[in-house]
Amino acid sequence: MAQIFHRSTNTISKVSIIVGALGAGLLLAFAYAMDRGAYITDVKVVKEQPVPFSHKHHVTDDGIDCRYCHTSVETSSFAGIPATEICMSCHSQIWSNAAILEPVRASFRTGESLEWTRVHDLPDFVFFNHSIHINKGIGCATCHGRVDQMPLTYKENTLYMNWCIQCHRNPEKFVRPRDQVFNMAYEPPANQEELGKKLVQEYHIQSLTDCYTCHR
Amino acid sequence: MKEKPALDLVKIRTRLESAQGPLYWKSLEELAETEDFKAFLDDEFAERSTDWQSPANRRNFLKLMSASLAFAGVTACTKQPKETIVPYVRQPEEFIPGVPLFYATAMQMGGVGTGLLATSHLGRPTKIEGNPDHPGSLGASDYFHQASILTMYDPDRGQAVTNNGHISSWVAFQAALSSARERAAIKNGDGLRILTETVTSPTLTAQIQGILKEMPGAKWHQYEACGRHNAFKGAMAAFGRPVNAIYHFDQADVIVSLDADFLSCGPGNLLYARQFADKRRVMTNVTHTPQPKENWQEGYQEGPDAPRHNQSASYAEEATGPVHLPPQVQAQGKPAEQTTQNRLYVVEPSPSPTGGMADHHFVLRRSEVEAWAAELSAAIGGPSGAGKFKEIAAIAKDLQAHKGSSIMIAGAHQPANVHALAHAMNHSLGNVGKTVTYTDPIEGNPTDQQQSLADLVADMNAGKVDSLLMLGGNPAYSAPVDLNFAAALKKVPWRGYLGLFPDETAAQSVWYVPEAHYLESWGDVRGFDGTVSFVQPLIAPLYGGKTAIEVVATLAGQPDKTAHDVVREHWQAQANAAAFDIFWKKALHDGVVPNTALPAINVTAKAPAAAESKPAQGMELMLRPDPTIWDGSFANNGWLQELPKPQNKMTWDNAVWISPTTAQKLNLNTEDMVELKYQGRTVTAPVWIMPGHANDSATVHLGFGRTRAGHVGSEVGFNAYLLRTSAEPDGGSGLEIQKVSGSHTFATTQHSQTMEGRDLVRTATLEEYKKNPQYVDEKEEQKPIPTWMSLYPDYRYEGYKWGMTIDLNACNGCGACVAACQSENNIPVVGKVEVARGRHMHWIRVDRYFKGNWDNPELYYQPINCMQCENAPCELVCPVAATVHSGDGLNQMVYNRCVGTRYCSNNCPYKVRRFNFLLYSDWYTESLKGGRNPNVTVRSRGVMEKCTYCVQRINVVKIESEKQNRRIADGEINPACSQACPAQAIVFGDINDPKSRVAQLKAQARNYSLLEELNTRPRTTYLGRLRNPNPEIEKG
Repeated sequence: MAQIFHRSTNTISKVSIIVGALGAGLLLAFAYAMDRGAYITDVKVVKEQPVPFSHKHHVTDDGIDCRYCHTSVETSSFAGIPATEICMSCHSQIWSNAAILEPVRASFRTGESLEWTRVHDLPDFVFFNHSIHINKGIGCATCHGRVDQMPLTYKENTLYMNWCIQCHRNPEKFVRPRDQVFNMAYEPPANQEELGKKLVQEYHIQSLTDCYTCHR
Repeated sequence: MKEKPALDLVKIRTRLESAQGPLYWKSLEELAETEDFKAFLDDEFAERSTDWQSPANRRNFLKLMSASLAFAGVTACTKQPKETIVPYVRQPEEFIPGVPLFYATAMQMGGVGTGLLATSHLGRPTKIEGNPDHPGSLGASDYFHQASILTMYDPDRGQAVTNNGHISSWVAFQAALSSARERAAIKNGDGLRILTETVTSPTLTAQIQGILKEMPGAKWHQYEACGRHNAFKGAMAAFGRPVNAIYHFDQADVIVSLDADFLSCGPGNLLYARQFADKRRVMTNVTHTPQPKENWQEGYQEGPDAPRHNQSASYAEEATGPVHLPPQVQAQGKPAEQTTQNRLYVVEPSPSPTGGMADHHFVLRRSEVEAWAAELSAAIGGPSGAGKFKEIAAIAKDLQAHKGSSIMIAGAHQPANVHALAHAMNHSLGNVGKTVTYTDPIEGNPTDQQQSLADLVADMNAGKVDSLLMLGGNPAYSAPVDLNFAAALKKVPWRGYLGLFPDETAAQSVWYVPEAHYLESWGDVRGFDGTVSFVQPLIAPLYGGKTAIEVVATLAGQPDKTAHDVVREHWQAQANAAAFDIFWKKALHDGVVPNTALPAINVTAKAPAAAESKPAQGMELMLRPDPTIWDGSFANNGWLQELPKPQNKMTWDNAVWISPTTAQKLNLNTEDMVELKYQGRTVTAPVWIMPGHANDSATVHLGFGRTRAGHVGSEVGFNAYLLRTSAEPDGGSGLEIQKVSGSHTFATTQHSQTMEGRDLVRTATLEEYKKNPQYVDEKEEQKPIPTWMSLYPDYRYEGYKWGMTIDLNACNGCGACVAACQSENNIPVVGKVEVARGRHMHWIRVDRYFKGNWDNPELYYQPINCMQCENAPCELVCPVAATVHSGDGLNQMVYNRCVGTRYCSNNCPYKVRRFNFLLYSDWYTESLKGGRNPNVTVRSRGVMEKCTYCVQRINVVKIESEKQNRRIADGEINPACSQACPAQAIVFGDINDPKSRVAQLKAQARNYSLLEELNTRPRTTYLGRLRNPNPEIEKG
């Protein structure tokens, strides 16, 4: 009986198996790269804002505390974006004619709010609370990175759940003394492991990995 | 829908009478074991997708599966959309984004105000609670209050002033109203009429009276479709003057209700429900002692494995500084021992929640209640001959033994004579001044409203009315049909209407002005005892609405005054001017104006004229406001339309309620269509067979059949106002019922999520309970399974351990919890078709059981929410771990993990899980988004959901307590259901704290779990119901 398949079928099938496997692998690698890459996560991507606000200038050069503008960070789930009035408390006096600040002055004049683009945007099924993190000794820079060195603000971390959960599982690796929370330049000491365990006890930090802690 | 087979009433009766009949039953269908009912039980997810009717075929299956896989993958690949943050330009003081504020305000219904606290998230009201400082609320609220928030955001509300249907402006209306005023002023006010609903607002009363003083020819008419007309006439008959009766149920041991549903409607019902329940919280210091239960009291057995959960060490020893407890918390302690219970006799023609709480329930036709009351009145006076009703002698004896501690209360739908009889009996029993006090009426101008409207219509027909200003009420829909209000209205040249919706009356008016919702208004209102509350706006009018005060100010020649100024000036004139600012701010903050409760007055009740005995001929018609949409004013509120009515769990409909015996006689079945013929008018309506209903009577609920209610409420049900005449507004005899062709489909929730006849409601009489406090655990199968029998190790809870108890002896089944939960947890409305498929989404439901024969069954209510089982069957079967146990024992439902297999719901023995078969939440109507709770996810299609014990509230309190480094105090966390509950039947707290109320209630002998034999060990447990029957009646 004659062969049903030609000899070349062997080669074709081998090649297609290899190409198929490689292709599937590539596809997965591509998906992974997309998922973790800056295109999707926006990590280190600067967003366009109505005013090119520089945290570096205001924090490092001027020495303004985080809480001067983010007023509710210690009391509310939301850290607070400053009202135009807060901007104008300085900028009615300094740089009061700078062209770059015209949107701020326009907002103050007309009563129309500035519309900032969200840099740190959690999905709607996640309920994050700033005040409790501040209270339990998690520094601003732990999540937001060195904002004091960002001329234009970007996201330092993915804010993915697997990133959050590192700390929720092992808070002792990240916790710092309460008086260092707003210190952007704080570096964990060599004995962080030891200090962390002590602070976890002292601040009554629970490794909250219950779903309802964040999702409800 | 397929044709349903007829109910076999004969079979049902045999089952009920035979010993094999179930003790408790939910519906006649259950008793009849109809095919439909069985199908409903077998198939939890009834009416599933019909796309697969063609025989499955491998190729199609593969195509669809690969497509779904691909689409599922692709949809996951979204990039987050750009979002903006819009900060304030000038941030208002005290506004902290993320921290809600609470404002005291008040809502009126039928003129009676209830003090409320409204939650505001950055200026958006999102939730209503009762104001604990208001005497008519004490922190509780009912479903009308809860649902009012949805009405505020309703996109169907009137959004523009219209003139003959064309969009106009407020200024143009003001000009028109001012010229109407000028025209009337020339004639000294002749021809100018104002029509309002019941007005108790001191400011509005003063305004209108000012106009009447200025123009004596003008007239003020009042008409409330479902007002307290009979109570007014009864007081006139008994005292010769209008009075306001206030009852003190905390002082009453014996209560006789003459068709009065005082627990669920009428002035003061929230307070009365609380006082009534307080008299029924039977507590003994005999604690629950069966061995197995000891385990959850004493801590847990160590399992072979490491504990599955371990919270870090408790911090009792770490707490520093004084613990700040909210004041209401400190008052709570161990439940006081209480071994007595009040006794309630109810005589009524149509079942009500109050009737369900009765220790003795007598079913009489509406027209027979008067004779019953007269016989009781005679029997109280002294021994009389054998009367028509055999129970009277025993009740009279009971009442005589409780002189000064009993209450006779007459219902809103009983004629004036019954009210007068009740007043006279209270007088002769020495109750006046003890359990009943009288004050001046709370209305600004108490009148016989039915007469008032009839006069107005007569004048309109006679052409005596030039200008008519209607402030709310929708009279074109709700006025008695024989007055033909709409036709008379056409004869008035200038007619203006202020209303929330562009409704039936708006369509007949020249001018229509959208009304501001109470959450958008300044105003004032009196509570049931006269206490004044200021109505304070939470938000600027969404649709440019105006208040009655502003419209009347324009008529009074002050078009530029705002409602705020008018109210403030009115009170400034009454108060000490120097301290006025403090008075004003304090009254606004507290929600009550101090010392405004009306003082008690001395009045003497005359014995009413002997009852005219007019036995009803043939069928008797009873017209009553609908339990959930009332007189029709809530028709466009989806929450209230879908709220199951307490008595029959029907949604989205009204029906003709008749008793099973009458149904048998007339050869009718539930869902048959009939033609009601009454005094020459006919209406076609569907039938509902209601166990416990009086024979030869039909109850018909008003408020449906609206034509211009809005997208939700129009063309729902039938309009029973078409049978309502001014002579007999509550109905009368001579009704003819004629079966017509066709049938109707009702959407009820009483079969869905049923637990198939297991012994879930446990009851005993007070005497039985005293002999055997452990009655709830009597049967072998009810005994809990010892924990050592479990294969799995126990959870350990070293921090908090949340739990709940529901006292069935306090719960009157009113349904406030259901509405409160809906508002708090962003629960969508699904519509009638979906409810009929068993897909309603309420996280807490109130099951209703009957016990006994169908003529006069006992009624039991049982709220069921997620039991948060210790050994939760749902957790074991979820393939994606979307429902898991938390460290404080909550059964967590994680929406973002759920893929919609519904295995969890299949495995749930309590049937408390709800699945989003379709996209039920409205994601597109902008205005509705404002009313949602920002702390709860709005669920999408394909996701399972269920009660979370309001975990968002737990988390808020937990975070605050952690910040203050202290333990959460008992009573600090209140889930929405327990906060709303007028009877305080639902108690929530930490079971790990032996001093918490919930732990102490769980230690009570009456405490039991549902389906304990399954070893699910639920966190929600129930306190058994107790009846306190009169032994003399019980024997006979």
